[in-house]
Amino acid sequence: MVAQQPLRVVRCGGSKLSGARAAFSADAKYLLCASGDYVKVYSTATEKCVHILQGHTNLVTGIQLNPQNHMQLYSCSLDGTIKLWDFTDGILIKTFVVGYKLFAFYTLAGSEDSVFIIIPKKNEDFLDWFQLVSVKLPKTPDQEVEANELSLILDDIGQSPKCTAFGREGEYVASVRGLDLLVYFFKKKKVNRFPLSATSRKGANNYFTCVACHPKEDCIASGHKDGKIRLWRNFNHKREYTFSTLHWHHDVVMDLAFSVEGTSLLSGGVESVLVQWREGSDYKKEFLPRLGSTIEHISASPDGTFYCTSHTENKITIIHSNLSVSAVIQGLVKGSDVKTGLVVDPRTKALVLNGKPGHLQFYCLQTDKQLYNLDIVQQEYIHQIGLNQVDLVKAAFSAQGSWLATVEQREEKETELELQMKLWNYDEQTQSFTLNTRINMPHEDHVTALCFRDTDELEDGTPTLVTAGNDGRFKVWVLVNDSDSEKQSMGWSCDFVGSYHNYPATNCCFSEDGSLLAVSFEETVTVWNSDTWDLICTFCHPPGRIQNLCFGRLSCSKYLLGTTDNGFLCCWNLLSCALEWSAQLNVMVLQPDPLSENIAAVSRLLEGSDLFVFKPNEPRPFCIQRNVCRERVQWAVFIPRDVPDSIGSEKHQWLSRSQLYFLTETQDLLTFSTKSAEERLTPSSKQLAVEESLPMTPFSLLLGKHRHQQRSKENADLDTAVVQSHLAQDSPAIKEVRERESVCEINMHI
Amino acid sequence: MGEFQVHRVRFFAYVPAGIRCLAHSPRSARLALARTDGALEVYNFAANYFQEKGIPGHETRTTEALCWAAGDRLFGAGLGGDISEYDLEKLRVKYSLDGFGGPIWSMAADPSGTQLAVGCEDGSVKLFQVLPDKIQFERSLDRQKGRIMSLSWHPSGTHIAVGSIDLLRVFDVKSGHAIQRILVDRRPQGLYSRECVVWSVAFLSDGTIVSSDSVGKVQFWDSEKGTLLETHPVSSSAVLCLAVSEEEDSIVVGTSEGAVYQFQLLPVKWGSAESKWVRTKPFQHHTHDVRAVAHSATALISGGLDAQLVIRPLMERVHGKGYDAALRKFTFPHRRLVSCAKKAGLLLFQFPQHLELWRLGATNSAGKDGDILPVSRAPEHLLQLKSKGPEHICCSCISLCGSWIAYSTASRLHLHRVHLENGSVSVKRVSKVPKLLCSAHQLLCSADSTSLFVASDEGAVHVLKLLEPGGCGHLQTLRPNSGSAQAVYLLAASADGDWLAAAGGDWEINVYSLRHFKPHCTVPAYNCAVTALAIHPVTNNLVITHSDQQVFEFSIPDREYTTWSRKVQQHGLHKGWLERDTPITHITFNPKQPAHILLHDTHMFCILDKSLPLPDDATPLMNQTALKQLSEKARRGYAHAFKICKKYQPLLFVDLLEEGSLVVVERPLMDIKTQLPPPVQQKKFGT
Repeated sequence: MVAQQPLRVVRCGGSKLSGARAAFSADAKYLLCASGDYVKVYSTATEKCVHILQGHTNLVTGIQLNPQNHMQLYSCSLDGTIKLWDFTDGILIKTFVVGYKLFAFYTLAGSEDSVFIIIPKKNEDFLDWFQLVSVKLPKTPDQEVEANELSLILDDIGQSPKCTAFGREGEYVASVRGLDLLVYFFKKKKVNRFPLSATSRKGANNYFTCVACHPKEDCIASGHKDGKIRLWRNFNHKREYTFSTLHWHHDVVMDLAFSVEGTSLLSGGVESVLVQWREGSDYKKEFLPRLGSTIEHISASPDGTFYCTSHTENKITIIHSNLSVSAVIQGLVKGSDVKTGLVVDPRTKALVLNGKPGHLQFYCLQTDKQLYNLDIVQQEYIHQIGLNQVDLVKAAFSAQGSWLATVEQREEKETELELQMKLWNYDEQTQSFTLNTRINMPHEDHVTALCFRDTDELEDGTPTLVTAGNDGRFKVWVLVNDSDSEKQSMGWSCDFVGSYHNYPATNCCFSEDGSLLAVSFEETVTVWNSDTWDLICTFCHPPGRIQNLCFGRLSCSKYLLGTTDNGFLCCWNLLSCALEWSAQLNVMVLQPDPLSENIAAVSRLLEGSDLFVFKPNEPRPFCIQRNVCRERVQWAVFIPRDVPDSIGSEKHQWLSRSQLYFLTETQDLLTFSTKSAEERLTPSSKQLAVEESLPMTPFSLLLGKHRHQQRSKENADLDTAVVQSHLAQDSPAIKEVRERESVCEINMHI
Repeated sequence: MGEFQVHRVRFFAYVPAGIRCLAHSPRSARLALARTDGALEVYNFAANYFQEKGIPGHETRTTEALCWAAGDRLFGAGLGGDISEYDLEKLRVKYSLDGFGGPIWSMAADPSGTQLAVGCEDGSVKLFQVLPDKIQFERSLDRQKGRIMSLSWHPSGTHIAVGSIDLLRVFDVKSGHAIQRILVDRRPQGLYSRECVVWSVAFLSDGTIVSSDSVGKVQFWDSEKGTLLETHPVSSSAVLCLAVSEEEDSIVVGTSEGAVYQFQLLPVKWGSAESKWVRTKPFQHHTHDVRAVAHSATALISGGLDAQLVIRPLMERVHGKGYDAALRKFTFPHRRLVSCAKKAGLLLFQFPQHLELWRLGATNSAGKDGDILPVSRAPEHLLQLKSKGPEHICCSCISLCGSWIAYSTASRLHLHRVHLENGSVSVKRVSKVPKLLCSAHQLLCSADSTSLFVASDEGAVHVLKLLEPGGCGHLQTLRPNSGSAQAVYLLAASADGDWLAAAGGDWEINVYSLRHFKPHCTVPAYNCAVTALAIHPVTNNLVITHSDQQVFEFSIPDREYTTWSRKVQQHGLHKGWLERDTPITHITFNPKQPAHILLHDTHMFCILDKSLPLPDDATPLMNQTALKQLSEKARRGYAHAFKICKKYQPLLFVDLLEEGSLVVVERPLMDIKTQLPPPVQQKKFGT
């Protein structure tokens, strides 16, 4: 690897696990789920990801076991291919190129050589028209084959895989769209259409949302927008069809699934309750409540021992058939809005951000797994449209990670603002944060920034927190010992309140040694002595509202950097109290690296975001990465690496000690990788998943030891799953790599 | 349509009695219905669900079971312990027979219609033989403990399934022994369990017994092995009734929550013989207990304590989107309960056991269209006449001048002379009413208040002379030439006192000349029930409405249909008019506008203007509000003969007073609901 590797933007973990219905292996030992461009194989017993099946170049939309060989898995993707995998070994067996975007995939036990897919009509996806076609899979020994023998089955159907289901023994297929249920009978080759009326006097909303077919009987279950489930029978007659109604959900039925024998029907929706209806009766239902968030998909294992539900909060719950949760696979929770930004927990190096409503999630990037959730708001989340919930808006850690400050707010109207700041202490014994101090209304108006002073280098070591608010004040909070005679307790209280001409305070930050505090008030930056809380100096040139503020580090600690809303990046020298340099750059995010002098700035012009990395003492950036993604970058963070990475290229040396992660508007977590595609594709599948289920014998221990040694030599950090962002396709750097990648793949298979 | 001062009357506090049982006869397409006050009604499904016959109630008669047997004979049995046969021609109870088993809870006729099985309080099942003119006790099956709540014959007639408290039994009819005893689950309630009443059973031809019980379950049992086949919890309270379709592929059940459910026998897989019962459609049309259900070939019929009869057609069995495919709800009888003294401004309201006389209010101010005028004299309750004895009133009338009130119960006619003198009211009963007038089905006073017409059995109409100061004498009896067995139920007299029209149960309308007291002519037969009759005061044309919503005009002097009537028949009536729910129950005229006919049913009243063109199906029928917004000229262009007002709902009576103001009697359904006991408490989501 002599040639310099270009820097590539890759998606790192946190892909949506709930994009498609998950599938169980035949023995229910593995759970297979589509996650972004990959298919992940989890062990149902340990919740561990056993394999990542990589190969698709776009979102995987459907996975299904091969009915002829239950050790094989079909997957289909928007990239227009169907791939057949050996999921126990993680090996790609075959690729069928269809050439259309594939939105859903179905196989039938009866039809050996053909499968069913949903493709857009005339391959134009801007039209909301889709069709169900059957594809003949050619039986050639080639690795990659064209499959273009398509035959139309149903026209003008819904795109979602949930809207189509195959009936008992493949006799019929049912599809719902809008207010129509379509049933196509394969033997008679006829379609029955059952329309419903849009609404009724009782306020029903009859739009179909999903459909499922009974595996043993001629019965179709359909879910509706108003929460009703209809069980259709006798639908082979155009007139004498009939249905019964089950109604428990109060909102949209998101998914339906029958158990393997068809004795019970499972349904789920926004209530985050799994409902099990026995024998299709309204009176025999059981519930599994408090599953956390909206149920998006439900699937049942072929052996009948497990169900699994995928949730909007990027979670898969594996549920035992007696309705008890057996395992939870939690990905990165992607809420509607990350208000806290990306924060690093100094203790675990985990990425910390908004998780479930009112929660802070600690997410391990290395294992692509959520470490834990911290309930900040400590209130039951009520799902209701129009209800204003308490929102977690700010979070900050002290330098050692022993203190955590959070701010939550609830805004009923413009004038009614509820604010609460909470300070959490890390408890070594319980290994978690415990609430120390609760401060109601720390500011009269929105809190705009908060930061801890790094106390480790100071003698006195009093933990200090500064908050800035829109009410024109910044407040300094210190930990005081308010111990009574009988009870030893520590609490935070306000030490100092500062203001500057009553301008709203917009940012605050401490210098690296903690001696200086910079607070920006609208267009002015003020610098304060953190011992005496005296105003030292102000900077107000050039004019413009300050948006970001940070001190330089290490050798550049004499510099203060700020960005303005009219597109300037300024660097002030604190010794001369003068503007050192400024550059015209519309900076959205300014992020210093805690381990070096480097500062990353992400700017946005008309379209596409650019990354600049520079040192404050030098106005010229040493690394410019144009067009890292199409969307606006919302937040960025440097995360220190455990082991410094050896990076050959001089230009990318800044990535050696810490890694830059950034979050876009569309909630994609991206990072940079210098690794080549070859490295990435080194098969991680040498590890045989089967061995996991083998009993432990002395021989297997011996063998396992040997293998382990071998493996540890081979790959140092293949754990980090790096994904190429399909959303960042336009980036020229990625395109190039993608071409190389495909070449490599072919080489490998040959 | 002209402007009227409207008396909007809402003080008729009529509460219809709840429905207790239903019996549907598929052969004659008739439905018999018994109410909680003992009244019996017969609806003819072939004649657009018209209430063809009514037998008034009786204080001591509570009907618990009805059945059709031996052709079109109707039998009823009740908690009085009597089995009665109803005479549907003379509209009264033909005879009663004591069952000698205490109160009777259930009764069913065997499939051939020759035997009646009766379930009694003392636990016995008694068989009665149906003879041509009576019934006769045959024998008792083995007496067991516990009252017999329900029973059902096997379609072969060899076995009877019986529902009792906590158990079901199967009897062999031949031997009279109980051959099967099936225990039904009780409802657990704390440490004890509450007894389970098997409210209804049905025996299917394949040997399956369907039971509905007070636990809220519908259960299917194997009668041979005595095992439970399927159980369907339907309600958290009781399931009170069930009925099976003739093909035995559909069951309807009614619960005490007011819900009606349909069960269907559906194949599990196509082409396989295996099939199972599936609860399919729920219907919630009632607010209170559904005490009776029936299953016709095309519809589910349910009746409840909220007095509503609901006929819900099964869409898959009805062909076409026509009249038959519409849901029907009947709350009020298809009979006139109000009579109006046009000259005196009095209203007479008929209740089951009393009559009320009211004087209408008055106003002395005028206003624009739509204004509510202040009342200068409030409506006044003048009189309440209680009928003596346990029998309920079947008909009543007041003379136009308001000085005579007549009413009749099943056994006798009562006549009262009313004196109204500046505020004080005095009533004098006419003591000597001729004896031959033992049963009256309709009463009518002549326009000049000198004679009273009494509709009676066998097509006869008696004419009574009303004598001042308070007497009467029998003048004549009018009988049709052809001779009819059915009772007369509608009368109409002309304003000049020359003509009388009478419609009987065989739908024949006879016109009599009162000058000569002999039949004048017969209106050509039309194959549908007559719902209202009236004779025009000027032209002496007889206006007839039928239950299929047809309107005819028959000229009595010319003895033929008028040209307008022929035109209507040729042109055809508007679709919207023909698909109305309820029949026209009253016709009246506006003397100032001879071309106008005022008609009303429960949901609208209509002024039919004969001078205007008839609407075709393309124009909307109800266009009064639309017309109001148009200019005078354009309005005339769009106008058609039917001017419909739906402002007053539900309508019980509309008439035009002498001075030209309109009387409208409404009975809002909400007012009836408040009179009913509170319904079964049900948890509603979001409350």
